Amino acid sequence: MGEKAKGALRRAGLPRVIILGFFLLLLAAAGALGMDLGQLLGDMLRRWGMYGVLALAMVPAVQCGIGLNFGISLGIVGGLLGGLAVIELEVAKSPALLAAGARLLGEEKGPLLAQWAAVLAAILMGAALAAGIGWLYGLLLNRVKGSEMTVTTYVGFSIIAFMNIVWTVLPFQSGELIFPNAGQGMRNTISLASSFSQVMNRTLAFSIGPVAVPTGLLLFFFLCCLLVWLFLRSRTGAAMGAAGQNPAFARASGIRVGRMRLLGTTLSTVLAAVGILVYAQGYGFMQLYNGPMQMGFTSVAAVLIGGATPRRAGISHVLIGTFLFQGILTLGLPVANLFIPGSNLSEVMRLIISNGIILYALTQTGGGGRE
Amino acid sequence: MEERYALRMEGISKEYAGHRVLKGVTLRVRPGEIHALMGENGAGKSTLMNILFGMPVIHATGGFEGRIELDGRPVSIDTPQKAMELGIGMVHQEFMLIPGFTVTENIKVGRELSRPNLMSRLLGPSLETLDLDAMARDARRALDAIGLAVREDALVEGMPVGYLQFIEIAREIDKAGVRLLVFDEPTAVLTEGEAERLLSVMKSIAARGVAIIFITHRLDEVMAAADSLTVLRDGELAARRAVRDTSPVEIAELMIGRRVEKLVEEREDNRALSDRDIAVSLEDFRVEMPGERVRGVDLAIRRGEILGIGGLAGQGKLGITNGILGLYPASGRVAAEGRPLDLKKPGEALGRGMAFVSEDRRGVGLLLEESIQENIVFSARQVNGDFLRRVGWMSFCDSPGARAHAREMVKALDIRCTGVGQAAGSLSGGNQQKVCLARALTLRPRVLFVSEPTRGIDIGAKKLVLEKLVQLNREEGVTVVVVSSELAELRSVCDRIAIVSEGRISRILSPGDSDAEFGLAMSGPGKGGEGRG
Repeated sequence: MGEKAKGALRRAGLPRVIILGFFLLLLAAAGALGMDLGQLLGDMLRRWGMYGVLALAMVPAVQCGIGLNFGISLGIVGGLLGGLAVIELEVAKSPALLAAGARLLGEEKGPLLAQWAAVLAAILMGAALAAGIGWLYGLLLNRVKGSEMTVTTYVGFSIIAFMNIVWTVLPFQSGELIFPNAGQGMRNTISLASSFSQVMNRTLAFSIGPVAVPTGLLLFFFLCCLLVWLFLRSRTGAAMGAAGQNPAFARASGIRVGRMRLLGTTLSTVLAAVGILVYAQGYGFMQLYNGPMQMGFTSVAAVLIGGATPRRAGISHVLIGTFLFQGILTLGLPVANLFIPGSNLSEVMRLIISNGIILYALTQTGGGGRE
Repeated sequence: MEERYALRMEGISKEYAGHRVLKGVTLRVRPGEIHALMGENGAGKSTLMNILFGMPVIHATGGFEGRIELDGRPVSIDTPQKAMELGIGMVHQEFMLIPGFTVTENIKVGRELSRPNLMSRLLGPSLETLDLDAMARDARRALDAIGLAVREDALVEGMPVGYLQFIEIAREIDKAGVRLLVFDEPTAVLTEGEAERLLSVMKSIAARGVAIIFITHRLDEVMAAADSLTVLRDGELAARRAVRDTSPVEIAELMIGRRVEKLVEEREDNRALSDRDIAVSLEDFRVEMPGERVRGVDLAIRRGEILGIGGLAGQGKLGITNGILGLYPASGRVAAEGRPLDLKKPGEALGRGMAFVSEDRRGVGLLLEESIQENIVFSARQVNGDFLRRVGWMSFCDSPGARAHAREMVKALDIRCTGVGQAAGSLSGGNQQKVCLARALTLRPRVLFVSEPTRGIDIGAKKLVLEKLVQLNREEGVTVVVVSSELAELRSVCDRIAIVSEGRISRILSPGDSDAEFGLAMSGPGKGGEGRG
């Protein structure tokens, strides 16, 4: 019996068991304190979908051998630029799209079509930009084999600092983007209310009692997961996995390891661009400047909680990890506020958990090196 | 009257997890003598040296049997520190030098000379001032003793490899009271000129009364520098000889030994081999594989034969196969079926109907965390596009097909596992080797290269692997090239055996040739009679 329990614990991984226990504890506490569990569960589903694609961006990076990609801010910047372009071009306000939407979906839901067009256009533009950025990023990472994780962390920070300059000088004109009253440069926080705010969340949404299910959002998240899953099962995906796991083996099978790493890095960056737009539409705002700073850490922590290691990550790790991590943060805020009103204990908890789990994962692997 | 020895190791035995790696070995070295310690990889040389140095790996695995005497007094060496205090020094194969330190600092590290000062009087001797002048003088003396004209205040960083080796030696002879020095393959990384210098330095150190144990694979160096030698084979003492009473041929024979075991059953042979029907030809083939450099090989592999490539470790036999398969930078002309092979293009050889089983199973041969199934079908999927199912314009891995094939292979090669889903890393060495072989067979090669097919696997698996190679050759006409350090194995399966020495083919022999012929071929092209081919 004891042996069996130990085996099960080893398979699940100690941190996952602890996080799961903490999650259940919070759930019990919330219930005992008489909180609205239905609403909390709805929140959890929403945040699961919002953060999911960003966490998914870790999978190709880990599989191709660069390890945990702390530098997804590069892709995030690409995604944000795509979003800005769509607002500047007023895609969501296009009369033709609005008219077509009204005809197809009726007056009430009519704008959805134009909004979907806007978010998809943003995703396409963002992905295209991210592909270019990711490829250059991959070239860089191929030159620093062995210390990728350190480099990705600093590249992630550097791009934020660099973009802090760029945001102030980009030639966008739309009043929704630049600082008001004839200001110059981009705003800190850009409302998506007139473009694609909540478009995925609202599509096909329904409620089971008090639980609001953001159907469109979850479907889009699952679709991304499915695409990545299929890719990993293709010939190229398998080659990429081998290149990450054992470069010597891959070379012996005639695989160009450098090219596979380039592909995985690019893919990870593109997914980050998609991920930030999914996040932004759910949140209703795009955050520029230091907004994306912590996204890398949040995403890394999520896949690690899901059971990924710096050398292996799968779709299940993304699904489980994001749900657990975001679940704890969702439950943590109201519960913590009951004990210490007005505190930002939830934010403190987020930092402790995400940095703690990253630290744990790094100690387990010796900084991403191979034994 | 008993002779005086600086070191006597008597009746040394050692077991690792039930496996006896040393069986009653004796090693005796006189003061002022250069004593060569020889033997193939796995013969037990390093274990013997680990015992001499009291390495933790020995004592963590249950210690050893036998006794050690230094200058006639029994000693017990249980830590490397103890060995150092007793005056035993080691010149390592990988240099243990600190690049950012000067030559003096490297020579004196851990044994710095110092003068007391105010702080050290208050807070203890670890704060004493370094006596840099005295240290530099000592370093200079050690460097002069070995004739190295490098400035003692120069940084070690960026110095040529040959210098590093000499600085390492200077550090050892600077130690007070050193009476036994071990040189672990010191010439492996040196150029010819440097190696000669090193040998003369060793002689001058020995002339000062220091006993030297010289571990090497190079027979000519032994003949040139050593006074006596001990040969180990399979953990046993094969012989102790004075160099003047022996010859390179005899030494090579002693190292190889003749093992009478029949590894492969006779079977019908109706092949027609011809010197004009060539499967793969090599011309002036060179490979930059560290430790196994190939320096110009000309070789024609006939279609349908089993060709053996043998030779002592480090001579370049492994480089040949690794180079053809594109794992290390290679140059020269290689042609398969008459058409040239692009050595720069990854996967070129695989695409041209060749397959390779690497000698480095865990490093190159396997995806340790993946299943047996994935390991078996991986290369065929990447190279030939097998085990894929098309869905529209995309194609995905065909798991049912792969599983069926993997099960077949598991059965055919008798791979002992819980199922094809078991991780390859959790298999035993022999079964891992069979998985590697299964992957190569799945490629359906016309030419199969196999490196060290039986290294570290048990006799049952060994027989099966060799049987399978012969069967492939006879029944399916696959040309097989076997690279192995076990001559007995090559002789039992091969049609011809090419012996590699110093990166070149020294001779091509037939399995029936005498041990003396093989010994001669292995001892180097210069002494091999008809010489460099």
